[in-house]
Amino acid sequence: MTATDVRPDAPEAPPQRKEKPVRVLSFSQNLSRWDLKFSPYLYISPFFILFAIVGLFPIAYTAVISFMEWDLVRNSGEFIGFGQYVWILENPHFWTALRNTFSIFLLSSVPQLLLAVFIAAMLDKNIRAKTFWRTSVLLPYVMAPVAVALIFSNMFGDNHGLVNNILTDLGLPAVPWHKDPFWSHVAIATMVNFRWTGYNALILLAAMQAVPREYYEAATVDGAGAFRQFWSITLPSLRPTLIFVIITSTIGGLQIFDEPSQFDNTGEGGAAQQWLTISLFLYNIGWRDWNFGRAAALAWILFLIILVIGLINLLVTRRLVRDEGGRGVTIPRKRGLSRKGQGR
Amino acid sequence: MAIAAFSASAIVLAGCAGGTGNEDAGGEDGEITLTVATFNDFGYTDELLQEYMDENPNVTVEHTRAAESGDARSNYFAKLGKGGLADIEAVEIDWFAEAMQYSDLLAEAPDDVKGRWLDWKEAAATDADGRLVGFGTDIGPQGICYRADLFAEAGLASDPAGVADLFNGDWENFLDVADQYKTATGKPMIDSANSVLQGIVNQIEYTYTEEDGTVIATENPEVQDAYNLVAERAVPNSAYSGQWSDDWFASMANGEFAAMLCPGWMLGIIEGNAPDTADWNIADVFPNGGGNWGGSYLTVPADGENVEAALELADWLTAPEQQMKAFANAGTFPSQTEALESQELADATNAYFQDAPVGEILTTRAEAVTVAPYKDANYFKYHDALQNAVIRVFDGVEDQETSWNTWVAEVGAF
Repeated sequence: MTATDVRPDAPEAPPQRKEKPVRVLSFSQNLSRWDLKFSPYLYISPFFILFAIVGLFPIAYTAVISFMEWDLVRNSGEFIGFGQYVWILENPHFWTALRNTFSIFLLSSVPQLLLAVFIAAMLDKNIRAKTFWRTSVLLPYVMAPVAVALIFSNMFGDNHGLVNNILTDLGLPAVPWHKDPFWSHVAIATMVNFRWTGYNALILLAAMQAVPREYYEAATVDGAGAFRQFWSITLPSLRPTLIFVIITSTIGGLQIFDEPSQFDNTGEGGAAQQWLTISLFLYNIGWRDWNFGRAAALAWILFLIILVIGLINLLVTRRLVRDEGGRGVTIPRKRGLSRKGQGR
Repeated sequence: MAIAAFSASAIVLAGCAGGTGNEDAGGEDGEITLTVATFNDFGYTDELLQEYMDENPNVTVEHTRAAESGDARSNYFAKLGKGGLADIEAVEIDWFAEAMQYSDLLAEAPDDVKGRWLDWKEAAATDADGRLVGFGTDIGPQGICYRADLFAEAGLASDPAGVADLFNGDWENFLDVADQYKTATGKPMIDSANSVLQGIVNQIEYTYTEEDGTVIATENPEVQDAYNLVAERAVPNSAYSGQWSDDWFASMANGEFAAMLCPGWMLGIIEGNAPDTADWNIADVFPNGGGNWGGSYLTVPADGENVEAALELADWLTAPEQQMKAFANAGTFPSQTEALESQELADATNAYFQDAPVGEILTTRAEAVTVAPYKDANYFKYHDALQNAVIRVFDGVEDQETSWNTWVAEVGAF
């Protein structure tokens, strides 16, 4: 009933509103209105303009070139359709490179994240000279990747490398770093881990510090041990950060280039493509064979792979984050209930 | 802030200097700056370039050196035809065929320099239209370098004449000696399996493609024989699969192997990596006659600002007198017939190699070269894949036959 009473009033309302625009706006008022409306776009536009020039244009240009037999020197090409894509997908080196990329990615990301969480947990403790330790873990990240790769390549030399020298001195067999695909991946993953573990540890540490200390106090009162506290409080609170770290290391891992290219003196990924990664394959097609059509096609294939992995990541992330968000709200409010739950 | 201000003004100054230089290029006094880009060591020292500047007071020569030819190659093809290259650009023989695909973008050498190089050196720099676009610098005639002390230990001849007798013959004979050395010492005699492959392949006229573009790589019996010989006999007798690794460089000083194929430019590399080893020597012999390994050209991009002056400088740098100076500076063996006949070259010795008459030895080795291998733009790609096949056998990743089949499959995918 009240609804019908209100409705007849409704048509009356517009005339009231119409009165407002009748007021003539001065130019300065107009200006400030436009300012409010448009200046945010103006302020963020430099990024998008720059991105269009150095990001979008090359991406589009790469797409065009990927359908052509491209001559870099003469800057001209012949349209050949999907020929370059077919060549890539039929090339056994591509599939080897795909295998290697995922293998190196797993060998680097998994131990790296476990180690990063452990280091972050240790740095989160009340230790002496906190700042010193926290700064130290970031040091490897500051080193140039090529320098890291050069030093580690020396260490992983087959005949005179530091690691094999120590192994043979101990009477153990030398590891075929440059012959066996698995061991070459381990060596390359070690370089990646060396560089990125500290970086990830610091991000996770920041997240850990944001966890309210009351949780831990309450847990201590409840008689939960350090491990139990870590497992039930720290890890669940870290989830969103962990997901961010996983996504960034996934993208980085799929584009890995410096370390495998510096692993030997030719930078071709090994005589039997033991450590050829997709980026390295792309570089070799483009800058060794000067075939930019094929390189562009491979770049787009790599883009699609990253997109697919990114989507999978996103779906998993959404589920986990929603899950986590629920807990984040419920745990503190139902602290009493959860204690009962534990008692059960 | 101070640094930023300083660098900003430096940029402005550099811009001004560049501007005035360009204006003067067409001006009355004709002041010009010529840039020369090389890699590794061409033997073009500051003193040598100063000589040219003294003779031509209006010219300033600026020399930039890339660390290795791969860097120079990337730069060359990224800028060729678009501007930004030096007035004179050095090109290595391995990728010279690629550059010849764009011979129309390079300036033609004047007629009066034609005919002064070894025939095959000049022929490789002449395109289908008969334009000579490359000034030959050095060539790489090969002898055999060996460690006299290690040869003596193995009970082999250790004086240069004796070693020359020992290796006189074909590749089978060379590998027989390697077998003897291994039996006596238990160690490999040769530095790397792929240098043997390189030595053999450089004696084949048509290796991977014929002049009409037909790919013969995988059917060519000469290539198959070379591969089989290397895989069966050179691999077990070699310290490394290939050259240029850190381990390989270090091994020249520590006696891991006793002999290596030795183009002129290799003398400097051995001396540089084993400065304290007193037993390296060179023998006037090469398996199966003679072989050429390496050697570069100077090219003048046609879109440069001072093409005429650059051609004059390239002419001067590759003239017999300057080739001899470069040989003295860096061991780059001359490619000019006149320099090859000079008394100076005949008298050249090398103190590090027990005062060996390197000039005389390398001249004999150059005369023994009978085949100029045909290398097209894809040569590097095919050869690289074949070298990988040898490395796979060396590393034990694949056996001889599997590795060959892998190579055939790879070549099929090109």
